[in-house]
Amino acid sequence: MDRDDIIIELIDVNKKFDDGDSFAVENFNLSVKRGQFVTFLGPSGCGKTTTLRMIAGFEIPTSGKILLNGEDIAQLPPYKRPVNTVFQRYALFPHLDVYDNIAFGLKLKKVKKVVKDKKGNEKVKYVHLSQKEIDEKVVRALKIVDLEQFESRNVTTLSGGQQQRVAIARAIVNEPEILLLDEPLGALDLKMRKEMQLELKEMHKKLGITFIYVTHDQEEALTMSDMIVVMKDGMIQQVGTPTDIYNEPKNAFVADFIGESNIYVGTIYDKLKVRFLGKVWDCVDEYPIHEKVDVVVRPEDIKICNPKDGVAVGKITNCIFKGIHYEYTIMVGKNEVIVQSTKMYDTDKEVGIKIEPDLIHIMKREISSNAFEGYINKNNQVVFAEASWDCDVTTLLKGSTIDDEGYLASSDGKKYDLTDADVSVEFDMGDVDISDNLEEGNITGKIIEMVYKGDHYQVIVRTEDEDDFVVDTEWTWNINDIVSVKVNPSKLKLKLKGDITKYEI
Amino acid sequence: MVRKIFAQCYIYLILIIMYLPILLLAVFSFTVSDQVGVWTGFSFQLYVDLFRNKALMTAVGNTFLIAFVSAIVSTILGTLGAIGSYYSSKRAKKMIETMTQIPVVNAEIVIALSLAVLVVALSWKFSFFTLLIGHVVLTVAFVYLNVKPKLMQMDPFTYEAALDLGAKPRYALYKVILPEILPGIFSGFMLSFTLSLDDFVITQYLKEPSFETISTYIQKIISKHPIPPEVRALSTIIFALVLLVVIGNTLYNNHKAKMIVKKRNGGI
Repeated sequence: MDRDDIIIELIDVNKKFDDGDSFAVENFNLSVKRGQFVTFLGPSGCGKTTTLRMIAGFEIPTSGKILLNGEDIAQLPPYKRPVNTVFQRYALFPHLDVYDNIAFGLKLKKVKKVVKDKKGNEKVKYVHLSQKEIDEKVVRALKIVDLEQFESRNVTTLSGGQQQRVAIARAIVNEPEILLLDEPLGALDLKMRKEMQLELKEMHKKLGITFIYVTHDQEEALTMSDMIVVMKDGMIQQVGTPTDIYNEPKNAFVADFIGESNIYVGTIYDKLKVRFLGKVWDCVDEYPIHEKVDVVVRPEDIKICNPKDGVAVGKITNCIFKGIHYEYTIMVGKNEVIVQSTKMYDTDKEVGIKIEPDLIHIMKREISSNAFEGYINKNNQVVFAEASWDCDVTTLLKGSTIDDEGYLASSDGKKYDLTDADVSVEFDMGDVDISDNLEEGNITGKIIEMVYKGDHYQVIVRTEDEDDFVVDTEWTWNINDIVSVKVNPSKLKLKLKGDITKYEI
Repeated sequence: MVRKIFAQCYIYLILIIMYLPILLLAVFSFTVSDQVGVWTGFSFQLYVDLFRNKALMTAVGNTFLIAFVSAIVSTILGTLGAIGSYYSSKRAKKMIETMTQIPVVNAEIVIALSLAVLVVALSWKFSFFTLLIGHVVLTVAFVYLNVKPKLMQMDPFTYEAALDLGAKPRYALYKVILPEILPGIFSGFMLSFTLSLDDFVITQYLKEPSFETISTYIQKIISKHPIPPEVRALSTIIFALVLLVVIGNTLYNNHKAKMIVKKRNGGI
């Protein structure tokens, strides 16, 4: 990319709030080309708005650089930045009329003007815009947002859509280098939102300035953007064009967040072959053999065929008419497969399914087990995630037993006191149980994420101390459910840090 | 039916208890007799006497002076405090909030005594300044409590929007925040003005000995003499003024509400 083309660049930007433990935005790196329509997309709390506010100047990054045209503006106050913001709830000035709202920035603006002094020497002076210039600009901005003749209206008497237009006019009238939009359509009804999406896109074309848009609505992002930045937990998950993001999602989160997807846990069976849904499929992604992977298939990429032609065979259990297509739920063994098709099939019918190799998206599994750092307490329990858990410490030394005093005794008669010994703990996602009986488990937490993986859900439970447990469960839960977490003691894999001789007594 | 009559009787009874004494006072301000209840013929003499009573007129002047000055000081301090705490961190906000509540619920005598002790301890002289401190302590919390809801009603992003459009923080404060919270500031000012106007306890403890307000002046007189009849005229005038302000305010608000409705219907 040509460096002159880049209007704004965020380099290693981190943001941590004073009252929070974790980073709101972490290692954020992004370059935006001049004139692009960029969208930050992600669920609420993913750091997209914080990033936007750092570009606007309302938040100062904890570390990192924000280069605008090559100059670091990270520490600059908002009023010195050539960017303007359209706020989520408009933030119009209610005591001013439409004209004065839009002219607010213009009245403060100073422009370079060459004037001649008495001796005829030319001098550069910074002067305010004349009333006539302001008038012209306001009228032009109102024309762009389709609100001609609204100058003297009181903003509180306008409808939501009209207020939104005033907010946009107020921002673009200052001719910013970048226009920042923080979920500007969130407060509008669906029809209005669709209309405004197209209008904003049109405006972007007409004005030719860079737009940075924040939304949690994936459809909005796909419709409007040149480039989408998908974020989760303060980190970028994927950057790309809408087509890239939709067709080649980088991980299960992106696949699940953008559009509908079937997500399964698969194993690489052979070179360019992957096993999921109990069958072996041809694929085009190369991964080491036997590696566990996430497999993502879009519902519209699955073809329904005769049972004998299909790679897998299943039974249609449900059919929903969606206007331009039918959406079928097909049970393949214990797995659910969502398929979209324009053809009509009867429910309860046995059908085969097949998928083109290049439409099977294979992704590295981000987490394949839970890992914690902990220590052993004097009851021979392991303490991690601020809770103590029953475990089998004899696994730390082969052939050892626990004696009457609670010390670890080896087969050759040596004794070890493991109190306060540091260990690493690992356990499979399937060996964790969650329950809504809060007394049952060792620790309680909130479900912060849930992804359906064909025959089970993968749930992330976050405890009060921000420890995450990844759990495979058959049951449906809801985001924000409070649950207790329990781990089967025999499935806790302990590993002692350092040599066991340290603990000999 | 009986219930309805009873309900109406109840409200009228309360109203009579509230307003009869004032009415009585107003009626008897037009007769010169020393005692309320003895009618000695209609006359404006008391009103003439009132304006001739130099000591009483000075007290009236002093009362308004301290009320006005303390209301202005309280309004400035209270408004700035409310804005400051609104933009502070949660913890600081909570602390400020609790601390401003205390003077509201605290017994006035405690404020008065503690300040008097402080003045003595610092070996200051009781003066207009110490009196001003007392009245500001009494009223500043009410300004804060009047301004705060207006800040809460405000769109929290208007200040940022102003900065975003190129306004420096001070300009944004004057042009965006102050106009929004002006009604709160005004009602805070009026409340502290009236509170200071009829304060007795704090005034009595903190004033300069020779400085008298209406309440302390009357208190001083009645410890030795009967209530001077001119006070009836004074009370009537004050009541009439308050009545005028209340009626005027109601009329203005009704008019404003009507204008808004009209404007809404006129638009689109």
